[in-house]
Amino acid sequence: MTVLTPVLSTPPLVGADADGHAAFDVRDLKFWYGPAPALKDITLQIPARQITAIIGPSGCGKSTFIRCFNRMNELVPGARVEGQILFHGQNLYAPAVDPVEVRRRIGMVFQKPNPFPQSIYDNIAYGPRLNGFKGNMDEFVERSLRQAVLWDEVKDKLRQNAYTLSGGQQQRLCIARALAVEPDAILMDEPCSALDPIATLKIEELMHELAVNYTIIIVTHNMQQAARVSDITAMMMLVDDHRTGTVIEVGETQTIFTRPKDKRTEDYVTGRFG
Amino acid sequence: MDVQPMGALPEAVNTLSPAPPALTGTVRRRISEGAIAGALFLCAAVSILTTAGIIGVLVFEAFEFLRAVPLADFLLGRVWTPLFDPPSFGVLPLVAGTTIVSVTAMLIALPVGLLAAIYLSEYAGRNTRRVLKPLLEILAGVPTVVYGYFALTFVTPLLRQVWPQAQVFNALSAGIVMGVMIIPLVSSLGEDAMSAVPNALREAAYGLGATKLDVTLRTVVPAALSGIVAAFILAISRAIGETMIVLIAAGQSTTLQFNPLKAMETMTAYIARVSLGDNPQQSTEFKTIFAVGMLLFIMTFVLNLISQRVLAKYRQVYQ
Amino acid sequence: MSQLPTPNFKLQTAGFRRQLAGRKRWGRVFAALCLLAAMVGLVVLAVLIVDVLAKSRGWLDWQFLTSFPSRKPEAAGVLSALAGSLWLVALTALFSFPVGLAAAIYLEEYAPSNWITTLIQTNIANLAGVPSIVYGLLGLGIFVRTLGLGRSLLAGALTMSLLVLPTIIIASREAIRAVPPSLRHASLALGGTRWQTVWHTVLPMAFPGILTGAILALSRAIGETAPLITIGALTYIAFLPDGPMSAFTVLPIQIFNWTSRPQADFRNLAAAGIVLLLVVLLSANALAILLRDRLQKRN
Repeated sequence: MTVLTPVLSTPPLVGADADGHAAFDVRDLKFWYGPAPALKDITLQIPARQITAIIGPSGCGKSTFIRCFNRMNELVPGARVEGQILFHGQNLYAPAVDPVEVRRRIGMVFQKPNPFPQSIYDNIAYGPRLNGFKGNMDEFVERSLRQAVLWDEVKDKLRQNAYTLSGGQQQRLCIARALAVEPDAILMDEPCSALDPIATLKIEELMHELAVNYTIIIVTHNMQQAARVSDITAMMMLVDDHRTGTVIEVGETQTIFTRPKDKRTEDYVTGRFG
Repeated sequence: MDVQPMGALPEAVNTLSPAPPALTGTVRRRISEGAIAGALFLCAAVSILTTAGIIGVLVFEAFEFLRAVPLADFLLGRVWTPLFDPPSFGVLPLVAGTTIVSVTAMLIALPVGLLAAIYLSEYAGRNTRRVLKPLLEILAGVPTVVYGYFALTFVTPLLRQVWPQAQVFNALSAGIVMGVMIIPLVSSLGEDAMSAVPNALREAAYGLGATKLDVTLRTVVPAALSGIVAAFILAISRAIGETMIVLIAAGQSTTLQFNPLKAMETMTAYIARVSLGDNPQQSTEFKTIFAVGMLLFIMTFVLNLISQRVLAKYRQVYQ
Repeated sequence: MSQLPTPNFKLQTAGFRRQLAGRKRWGRVFAALCLLAAMVGLVVLAVLIVDVLAKSRGWLDWQFLTSFPSRKPEAAGVLSALAGSLWLVALTALFSFPVGLAAAIYLEEYAPSNWITTLIQTNIANLAGVPSIVYGLLGLGIFVRTLGLGRSLLAGALTMSLLVLPTIIIASREAIRAVPPSLRHASLALGGTRWQTVWHTVLPMAFPGILTGAILALSRAIGETAPLITIGALTYIAFLPDGPMSAFTVLPIQIFNWTSRPQADFRNLAAAGIVLLLVVLLSANALAILLRDRLQKRN
């Protein structure tokens, strides 16, 4: 299997931070659940303050890959990582780095909305309280909800259980909850897969607004969504007898969808795959 | 369309009739199926009869008792001397004894049981859990008479080394051992409640930069709270209804006092002690055990109902 | 939106690090505490077993197993109590197992969803929480007095049957529910009646689970003392029961009787009785676990 040269390496790097780093710089990443490798040979750069989409057929390791960015994979017994992910130049997997700090810096939104069975307010306040936030929590909650464009819908029922919200509102609450930890990047693992088209549209609009300030990575099985929201697209595929996932192509979204270099990418984006 | 014989095959063969077999089935079959269903229902109804029997016996005998002793005297009286002359039937000393022993037991069973539940659900590896759970089941299966023996012959002497003023029969020893006995109940029901918390919530918390402690105490325990509360209430009910430990180790004093180092009698132990004695069964003294039993039944019944209500509410959240 | 987080690209900020270190330290303390709590029960169980084993030394012998109770501790034994326990558990199984199983079959396979079913279900859950001594009062009122069975094995076994019935029903229902519905559909589609389906398809699949539950429930009956005290099982029986109407004593009552005597020798006899009782119960438990494992392997 050939190691890909990332398309992005051509200078000047789009979306570099002040020090000239990409937000994430993945170098030869390998990942195992137990004895079998689940991911291998992934090398790519993710630009800061843009939206990067990870696409590919189901079961190709998209979720496993995105969970490497905030070290969520370590919660699975038997998980093992090799290689590096540099976050603004610092290796997330360096021995001195604490996964708890990583997750505080890099927020995550999950496939299904997963609010805590508590009030809307307490859901938002969860992260700040963890981190010993001392300040006006009311203002902070309002700011987070406004960022997630949810404030107007819930301002009169902050004390109600989050489960009373609709699925789309719950997912935006989860985004607001992630924002309230003041992360630098947000990972979204198929955030709209459980939502209807209108709720999906709202989340996509929200992502565009957030991309002004945050680096966003989104996993999606929906190619139209990737085309609509992302600046950069990474295509994943199972290789080695369909056991191990890897990134086969990465580039500007427009290029990936119109002039992909890899035949497999072309087959997939044109719907001819499997 | 070909009609397959739906009735019993042997009959269909025996009739040799050229007419297509009727789809209504044979009368014999319908009767036998109906009889089976009826018999099964009767067996299920035995449980209703049991409850009716319990309430009937208790109400009937307690009513006889209350004809001799006014209800207020029974419930509010502070002196319990049914065998003295003149007798006094104030149940409060027995209620106090039950309360002291139960509170002692809960001081041990609730915190220890909850922490053990957290360990089983959140910290223990799969193999540890596979060993630990059956062992805790064994602990729960040890007969209460054995715990009573252990309280009297092992725990009490230890306590008397620490507090020489402790009596040979005392509420503390019975309470401590009863607490240990109830740990498995709390830990097993508590673990069920915490295991039912979806992993998505744990992931959400980790994703926000929570440590394992944060995830456990700020997410899992609050999300499982109704299940935990239900387990706690059941534990209290179990403590109130436990007989042998207190009968053996807590003594027979029915003086109203609250020092756990002294002997006390609980409602359950009183019932057992009177049954052991040879009071004439028609005497008012003997009928006291049904009055006390009625009170005991009501207390545990109400607690069990509350526990079920709390649990039902918690099930709704995740379904 | 204007004052958004100034990205702090240092993953280690001093204040947060300190706070996090504190959280982690508490986390370790808490984890240790939980482990300790999980061990409390086991330690007590170990101490209890060692204690009774030590006290029973020299008492648990053939003579102990084959003698009747006696005023002289060195001549006393558990023969009548052991025989009483066996009689009691056999009769209890005879009454409670068919009825409990039938009730479980009714509730899982036949019961319409109406208020009577709800009542029965709620009622069974409540009965499981009724203190055992209250069952004793029930037995005293109904079996001993009203039905005039006296202080007989039969009265004791009927009382015990009512006591363990909820447990047997609940366990049997779980086992029956674990049989996949597709098997029932297959049987019904072949023209089987409801009862044929239950008898030939559901019960054979569920049987190991039902048996496991029943053994655990009956082992509770072996260890139960309080309800038998209430219905008046005697403590001094120097003969073997000759039938269901015989007076009787059981192992736990014999243990209780010896425990309540002040002499150390009788307490050691009680310890010997406890060892015997625990051996019986552990064997029953082991049998139940063995059955459960075989069931899991087969499915």
